[in-house]
Amino acid sequence: MRRGTVGYLLCLPYIVHFLVFMAYPLGFSLVLVFHKWDIVSPMKWVGLANFIRLASDSLFFRALYNTFIFLAIHIPLQIAVALFFAELLNRKLRLIGLFRAAYFVPVVVSGVVVTILWQQLYADTGVLNKLLAKLGLGRVPWLTSPSWAMPSIAIMATWKNVGLYIVMFLAGLQGIPRELYEAAELDGASKLQQFFHITLPMLNPVVVLVLVLSTIGGFSLFIEPYIMTGGGPLNSTLSAVLYIYKQAFYFYRMGYAATLGFAFALIIFLVVALQRRFVEREVYV
Amino acid sequence: MYRPRWSHVLSYSVLLAGALVFVYPFLWMVAASFKPEAEIPSFGLVPSRPSLESYRIVFDRVPIGRSFLNSLLVALSVTASVLVFGSMVGYGLSRLSFKARGLLFGVLLFTMMVPFQLTLIPTYVLMVKFRWVDTYLALIVPGTVSAFGIFLFRQFFMSIPQDLIDAARIDGCGELSILFRIIWPLSKPAMVTVGILTFMASWNDVLWPMVVIREPKLMTMPQAVALFAVGGRAELLGPKLAAAVLLALPIISAYIFFQRHFVESMARTGLKG
Repeated sequence: MRRGTVGYLLCLPYIVHFLVFMAYPLGFSLVLVFHKWDIVSPMKWVGLANFIRLASDSLFFRALYNTFIFLAIHIPLQIAVALFFAELLNRKLRLIGLFRAAYFVPVVVSGVVVTILWQQLYADTGVLNKLLAKLGLGRVPWLTSPSWAMPSIAIMATWKNVGLYIVMFLAGLQGIPRELYEAAELDGASKLQQFFHITLPMLNPVVVLVLVLSTIGGFSLFIEPYIMTGGGPLNSTLSAVLYIYKQAFYFYRMGYAATLGFAFALIIFLVVALQRRFVEREVYV
Repeated sequence: MYRPRWSHVLSYSVLLAGALVFVYPFLWMVAASFKPEAEIPSFGLVPSRPSLESYRIVFDRVPIGRSFLNSLLVALSVTASVLVFGSMVGYGLSRLSFKARGLLFGVLLFTMMVPFQLTLIPTYVLMVKFRWVDTYLALIVPGTVSAFGIFLFRQFFMSIPQDLIDAARIDGCGELSILFRIIWPLSKPAMVTVGILTFMASWNDVLWPMVVIREPKLMTMPQAVALFAVGGRAELLGPKLAAAVLLALPIISAYIFFQRHFVESMARTGLKG
């Protein structure tokens, strides 16, 4: 057999999988967005009705707003905490591997476990409020107040993911040549100046990565609000995927659910493109 | 340069405090699952009267053993097939030349960027058309090939010396036996990375099972536990936490044994960007 033919044969699993599970769904989503369909009765062409509905759907905008609230808290918190611990781990200390392993435990565990656990920690008479009471502070209505619920989920998500970013920042820090700091020291740069003019710019690729992965994560939130709050109170934790899920499987509006998916995917592309455009820098080594 | 020891003490204290923040909640969860209901909101790790009551309730109300086997079946099938197909395609894309290779690789990179929100509903419709809803096929088949897995294998295979492959060809080896007899034994790091990432993602996935499975007997473990925690079946806190402990147990055990591999594999997801 000719080697070229063998190449195609070896790639056949991917080609078939791509056609069935990527190309077809992508094409079919373009059909769905112009239809009304409950799976059972025949599809009905509705033209642009789904998009018109979307443009005036307050829950769609609410889900979008909730996602941006989540990202506005999650991203800075994640970068600050991850950088802080990565800097500490980057010193020549013993037991670094053990600490790294400990910070990483929540990363490998299912989001379902983390959510059930934090639901108890966040309970009105739960561990966190008891801790606050011991410190002489008031109770926080973590999951029961519409203004606290999304920030609470953002804090939980940071706790779950930050171990991964600590490891990534640590690898980034270890890649920065020592001479840069030595040269800066000779020129009399303070530690703070070194951080802002050497460390941070050199870590730019990792920062961009954290931004992009967190953004995708924010738009993929599902099981956290599903278990903790069901999207409430007052839709304050309704996430993009939870809303798609509700439209599709509570109300059987496949056309509209596909339209929501289409819109959120477009917004993800846009946000990630903007982040790369404004944050990404060339790093010279 | 002399460093005063107190800075070390400070670093260690902060690192230790951090470790407590990440690990203590899990210890608390395990302890709470053995506590009587009234004691659960306390900080302590030692139950006054340890009991298995919470676990008894979980086993009573959820087919947890069956869901564990379902999860195992799904995660193992998906991982095995991602390794076999992923390395086949990765080999084809890195070591054989054919006309559409560049195009295929471009398509591969493109599909890695498509947000799943876009394909979720149409893929569910496909499952309905195939009559795969409430079958293992729906849980397994869509995951049998992973673009990211192929990508990692391709990158890794590029670094294998061409001489080895040429020598095998002269000895009359076919391409498949080159892949499985020569390339596979040389590719342990890539296999471990793809294997761990795939198994973990499959074991922890909950959205897709929630979309395609309604029948309790076919539910995977995260799905069964999530629905147990949400539905009225767990009015008590203890059983919810016990179910969460059972769900965490397999992956944490694996993590304890392969800790370094887990950390390094996950950190490698950075390559995606």
